Amino acid sequence: MKEFTPPPDSASIVSVTDRVKPVTLGMGVTSVHFLGPRAAFVGGEENVAFVDDKGEVTKVAVHSGGILSAASDGKRLVMGGDDGKVVALDAKGEVTLLATDPKRRWIDAVALHPDGAFAWSAGKTATVRSGKAEEKSLDVPSTVGGLAFAPKGLRLAIAHYNGATLWFPNMEGSAEFLPWAGSHLGVTFSPDNKFLVTSMHEAALHGWRLADNRHMRMTGYPGRVRSMSWSAGGKGLATSGADTVIIWPFASKDGPMGKEPAMLAPLQARVAVVACHPRNDILAAGYSDGTILMVRMEDGAEILVRRNGTPPVAGLAWNAKGTLLAFADENGDGGLLAL
Amino acid sequence: MPEATASKIPVTVLTGYLGAGKTTLLNRILSENHGKKYAVIVNEFGEIGIDNDLIIGADEEVFEMNNGCICCTVRGDLVRIMDGLMKRKGKFDAIIVETTGLADPAPVAQTFFVDEDVQKNARLDAVVTVADAKWLSDRLKDAPEAKNQIAFADVIVLNKTDLVTKGELAEVEARIRGINPYAKLHRTERCSVALADVLDRGAFDLDRILDIEPDFLEADDHDHDHDHHHHHGHDHHHHDHGHGLKHYHDEDMQSLSLKTDKPLDPNVFMPWLQNLVQVEGGKILRSKGILAFHDDDDRYVFQGVHMMLEGDHQRKWKDGEKRESRLVFIGRELPEKAIREGFESCIVS
Repeated sequence: MKEFTPPPDSASIVSVTDRVKPVTLGMGVTSVHFLGPRAAFVGGEENVAFVDDKGEVTKVAVHSGGILSAASDGKRLVMGGDDGKVVALDAKGEVTLLATDPKRRWIDAVALHPDGAFAWSAGKTATVRSGKAEEKSLDVPSTVGGLAFAPKGLRLAIAHYNGATLWFPNMEGSAEFLPWAGSHLGVTFSPDNKFLVTSMHEAALHGWRLADNRHMRMTGYPGRVRSMSWSAGGKGLATSGADTVIIWPFASKDGPMGKEPAMLAPLQARVAVVACHPRNDILAAGYSDGTILMVRMEDGAEILVRRNGTPPVAGLAWNAKGTLLAFADENGDGGLLAL
Repeated sequence: MPEATASKIPVTVLTGYLGAGKTTLLNRILSENHGKKYAVIVNEFGEIGIDNDLIIGADEEVFEMNNGCICCTVRGDLVRIMDGLMKRKGKFDAIIVETTGLADPAPVAQTFFVDEDVQKNARLDAVVTVADAKWLSDRLKDAPEAKNQIAFADVIVLNKTDLVTKGELAEVEARIRGINPYAKLHRTERCSVALADVLDRGAFDLDRILDIEPDFLEADDHDHDHDHHHHHGHDHHHHDHGHGLKHYHDEDMQSLSLKTDKPLDPNVFMPWLQNLVQVEGGKILRSKGILAFHDDDDRYVFQGVHMMLEGDHQRKWKDGEKRESRLVFIGRELPEKAIREGFESCIVS
């Protein structure tokens, strides 16, 4: 088990706030993604707002109610709603209905596979539809907290109460249960496919080394971890939940076992969202007071992107090349920053 | 923290044994012309006729918290549902959580104290228990869930009173009072209770703990007859026990009331109370107190659910107000002697 203690405050920083193109979305935002050249801001309900590089906003209706989950591969955005529907939105703004829960239950989680397969969950049931439009379902012992596809092969991780289940949808009887007491809400594979990490209802992460299912406890957070992002190359897992960005080291074969995490960009506010740059060792962090910082992971150098004094940052995203950063707070006030 | 209370969405927990009339009460709440929108969380999703825009099916998943406290359970599905509902803030004014007849209200209530995100957005308003006047006495004998629901309640709607005789009604009320004399009790037929009596009660709001007195029905007697020609010879202003109700002492679930007009020593009392709920929290379902501390001009109030306690200074003692400390515990097999002795030791001599 590893614990960390936050370090004291650091010195003053460089600002690029004047280079941000402000965006007013006029709706509550829950996550931000890039679809082709445009940023896609997922609303709390009904709409996704596209914003192009000129800052022009175009809204697209995707659900007839709350949008509960969203996942994107850069080409399309798959979402689940409280209308019981799974929909996809592409870069052109076209909406496709992918699935409807027969009982109109909430679609709590969605995941996207690089080859086009996707997964969703309603209640205790996780369903995968692969490229051949085949549908396979698996019931886990309790409501699904989160879903993630492994980077290799068609394998799905399902987070739930008291552990996670790993499942090859195309292999009968392949479900493997990884137990750990507590409620697991989010889940992610390391990009090298060696580790599985869940975020828990309590203020902690839990990890398994998949080669031998060895446990990794990552604790010490003052609040629940709601945002996890792998750094370029998967060397570190950046997380929210503390008043600094916590980055767990995953470069070695033991992952973070027996190691201290890096603690960067301390503020007098909780980190709400993190997004690692797709190519360089830089990350963007959004805080509960509205502040956004860009942080160099090597030495913790900070650049101010957005000042504090607003609702919490709700979403952050880099485009695929890492030349654009999009963000928004919970009230839908956001911005675009070209680097 | 009090100023934030207003913006939090109130949550009413509606509980009661199977067939008592929860759905009837729920439909009354929803159909009445109050101009409010409710989000309703139900269990038998789609199987009962409820006319409301926002109905969410729940799974009653009770999760243990990983904090070493065994009675510290929450409803995992509620955490998830609250999270989803908060994306639609502004679309509803209040939330009603209906539990199944077999549910323990504690995990529902504790969800609103333990979970950081839920706590930020919502506040537990009250636990309302619908009880069947005809069958409750039997259920209290054979169904521990029914007893829990009565013990936990802030408001009890004693329904189907038209199906019992006066004697049977007195009997069932006495049984309820034997477990929980502090809940507001309303006698109804077809759950016809004024909405103000079940909603917006602020039962978990420290600012609204005014007094801790047993509720003896006189104030809200359902025949609105102010002549009092059926005079029972009791005095409305003193809740004395001389009104002819039978007294039952439930064997395993009871309430314990402590009182003193001498000041308490906060340095002794606080550790004692903390320790008491740590050690006996599994047995203590609800607790509440108004306290007068030594050398302190402010009233201190607290309330708790199992091991969870919440307390704060409330306001100045008023001139002429009797500085009296009063505590109530409702629970199962309470170690009365030890609690009384512990309490005595907190009094400044």
